[in-house]
Amino acid sequence: MEPEIRSLVEISDSKPALRSHADIVLARARWAASIFQRFDRETTLHIVEAVARTAHQNAGKYAEWAVEETGFGVVEHKKLKNELTAMPLVDHYRDEDFVNPVIDEARKMVRIPRPAGVILALTPSTNPIATVNFKVLMALMTRNAVVISPHPAARACCVDAVNAMAEAAVEAGAPDGCIQVIEQPSIPLIEEFMASDKTSVILATGGTAMVRSAYSSSNPAIGVGPGNAPVYVDPSAEMQDAAQRIVDSKSFDNSILCTNESVLITLPEADKKLRQALKQAGAYLCDEEEVERLRRYLFHDRGFNVAAVGRDAVWIAQECGIRVPAKTKILVAPVTQLGVEERMTREKLCPVLAYHVAKNQTQALSQARAVLRLTGAGHSAAIHAGDSQIVADYARSVEAYRVVVNAPCSQGAAGFQTHLAPTFTIGTGYFGRSSIGENIGPHHLIHWTRVAYNSDSAVPFGDYQAADFGFDGPLPHAPSDGVPGAGRSARPSRPLTSAANTGSGGGAGVGMDSRTREELRRLIAEEVRNVIKGGH
Amino acid sequence: MSQEKLEFLQRSKEFWNPAKTQDWQDMGVDLVIDKREGYYLYDMDGQRLIDLHLNGGTYNLGHRNPELVEVLKSATERFDMGNHHFPALARTALAEALAACAPAPTMRYTAYGSGGGEAIDIALKTARHAMKKRKIVSIIKAYHGHTGLALKTGDERFSKLFLSEDTQDEFIQVPFNDLNAMEDALKKRDVAAVIMETIPATYGFPMPEEGYLPGVKKLCERYDALYIADEVQTGLMRTGEMWGCTRYGIEPDIMVTGKGIGGGLYPIGCTLISEHCAGWLHEDGFGHISTGGGAELGCVVSMKVLEMVQRPEVRATVGLISDFMRAGLERIMEEYPDFFIGIRQHGLVMGLEFNHEQGAKPVMKHLYENGVWAIFSTLDPRVLQFKPGLLLSQPDCEDVLRRVEIGIGLARDEVMGRGSRRGAM
Ligand SMILES: Cc1ncc(COP(=O)(O)O)c(C=O)c1O
Repeated sequence: MEPEIRSLVEISDSKPALRSHADIVLARARWAASIFQRFDRETTLHIVEAVARTAHQNAGKYAEWAVEETGFGVVEHKKLKNELTAMPLVDHYRDEDFVNPVIDEARKMVRIPRPAGVILALTPSTNPIATVNFKVLMALMTRNAVVISPHPAARACCVDAVNAMAEAAVEAGAPDGCIQVIEQPSIPLIEEFMASDKTSVILATGGTAMVRSAYSSSNPAIGVGPGNAPVYVDPSAEMQDAAQRIVDSKSFDNSILCTNESVLITLPEADKKLRQALKQAGAYLCDEEEVERLRRYLFHDRGFNVAAVGRDAVWIAQECGIRVPAKTKILVAPVTQLGVEERMTREKLCPVLAYHVAKNQTQALSQARAVLRLTGAGHSAAIHAGDSQIVADYARSVEAYRVVVNAPCSQGAAGFQTHLAPTFTIGTGYFGRSSIGENIGPHHLIHWTRVAYNSDSAVPFGDYQAADFGFDGPLPHAPSDGVPGAGRSARPSRPLTSAANTGSGGGAGVGMDSRTREELRRLIAEEVRNVIKGGH
Repeated sequence: MSQEKLEFLQRSKEFWNPAKTQDWQDMGVDLVIDKREGYYLYDMDGQRLIDLHLNGGTYNLGHRNPELVEVLKSATERFDMGNHHFPALARTALAEALAACAPAPTMRYTAYGSGGGEAIDIALKTARHAMKKRKIVSIIKAYHGHTGLALKTGDERFSKLFLSEDTQDEFIQVPFNDLNAMEDALKKRDVAAVIMETIPATYGFPMPEEGYLPGVKKLCERYDALYIADEVQTGLMRTGEMWGCTRYGIEPDIMVTGKGIGGGLYPIGCTLISEHCAGWLHEDGFGHISTGGGAELGCVVSMKVLEMVQRPEVRATVGLISDFMRAGLERIMEEYPDFFIGIRQHGLVMGLEFNHEQGAKPVMKHLYENGVWAIFSTLDPRVLQFKPGLLLSQPDCEDVLRRVEIGIGLARDEVMGRGSRRGAM
């Protein structure tokens, strides 16, 4: 029982106290990281799976909790995202090895993976649990310690989720402290975490201010900027399919993914057909006056109206006094201009899609570039087309590092209906003032020590097949002399890998027989198929 | 040595303590601590030392821990030492906080001294008052401080000098880990209290054998004596638990904490007293008076110390440091098996045992020369006290082990001679 200590002199908000608080948490993480680096691949995977399983089982519970706490999004979609970032994520990376050295006989090199150490992971309020799952599992796959800094608006559900994962990790043999969460995040406290020399890298997802702050912390950072995806529908596209995918994408979790389409651009020859198809797919097309109501509601002088974030189309329409059919999935707002003059062409984390008809292909491309110039550079863009040349023209022209073709952009750019790496952290690269332009994955959380021999063929390369790379596993517990049951333990000079592994054969799923595992896989596969089905 | 330091040492001999100043020179440790920060000490000539002495846990949370400095600074805006006769906000708040984390549910009151020794004296006086008996049993080579009564419980090396040893047969000493001797001392039921360091520090941390401390507690109960736990060095999370005695299943009647409780910034000693032996606090509350005891600035710092050491991260880190140090020390022991012959350990309470009467002294000297400050055990110089801080970082621990390996190697060569047998690498 922790005593409630009444303090007569309150200093917990002072800089030294905040710094000390951060240091103590990070120092524990550092310890955990230093031990984690001794783990072999089998043990590591065993831990990853145990944690993923916990996350998977809790997907529904935290989906509800997150929607309840933040007011954003759709429970059922959040559940799906929470699941996709658990077992399927692990399955995606199952065959990749972030632990063992790579021996390259031809080039006389050995590459040894070196975990970053301590990852400080900021998670947003929009996709709280999915991002937590994703970042924690990436860290574990690469034998890093992670400290989650949840967005204050999603604090409670994140703290609970992270603690559950931490418990599962330790139970599976992970070093104590390899998963931690900042229980009472505040901006000054997070700044201390970001500035600490005990933080190895900051994985920042969230508001622009936070991301910039991560970059100016003096620590290495992988920060990602905001999105504002243009989607171009070329006359060569299958209109029906395009419309359906766009509506599915925009309505998925009420557009809370930063990869959702923001501005649709098309050409006069496709306009009528596309409008028709959108309506059929569940879109409501607003008239000029309704667009003005939407505009006034969604954009205040100080920016986007957060009350609308992650709300459904009917709710938003109601707030604006627009009468729409009850089954309306998205609101489409035709606009004549793009750019600073038209607020509707900014990022909208809600199922409202701006709709613009350009004169011709050339103008469409320059309009798409303008959307990303406004905001969302380096992020995502989508195109629906049958003609590869227009895809090529579009892709080389927009300043986005992922261009999703004939797929819903929300899911597609995040790697869930494309073959991009599944992620909840979209690298916005140099266009978006970030260090990485790909979908962030575990490979970004290790660097490699390259052992390089003399290239002269007269100098032979060594034999590393049987070399010992120090997979010594957890440290044995020090004895507490005289304490019953905690006396001196017999210790092998080379501790074996985690006891949990011995005898389990594959190491993949102790405590879960293969039938249960199969069943789980089947369920996941079904869920994934359901998402994909949304793409006709 | 710089001219400046030489001159300073001269002044130290002239005005402070000539013999002690010279003794350190003779032991090869010419340390004059100047700047200090975290677990680092800087000699006035600039050499950096990692502090593994910590004055017995005084600097558990590091030197000048910024959070503690901040709380002390803020406290000065409102408090000073306070008036020791009156009910006082900070003294009461600390007593309440101590009661909340005490090792026995019966513990309620805290009486204050200005340091560990005085708190021990309060404990002994409290026991005598409660039991209406004079005799006190302590352990041979125990160390409870140098105040009037505490001094008499300890080694004669310190009491005789001042003609202050016990002459009334009121202070009985028995060997550690010997329940028969303890029983013999208690049998006549004329003993007021047994005072126990949970792990005797100055004696080089010999570890209590399994069942020993609970056995002593049982004997106390059988023969109407109180059990006083001296947790001055073993308390405050050093064993991975708030109080060392808890780890051995002991609920003492009286407990003393000192050193680290003041955060290394404001000296304070606390005696926690159970209701059933707190008679004098009801009978005559003016019975013990100490102007500096429980000074309110110190109380504010202590409350912060209690809050900090009980953070879950701190507890976890203590475990990690213990395991890491143990693994590293065992490797070093394998390297010098003829010299480095034992590790006594409970959490961060550690003693390294060497195969020579005075073995820990050359080790101390070579560690000092290699940037680590750890002190030998005054009452058993075969043993080096090895006391890492609660928050020592992973890189610092690694660095300590690197330096210790070098230092022990050099000390071994000095003591055993080069070329003689060493362990297999
Ligand atoms: C176990 C123990 N008890 C009591 C004391 C006395 O404390 P102080 O020096 O603060 O009087 C010490 C000091 O070293 C000690 O180690």
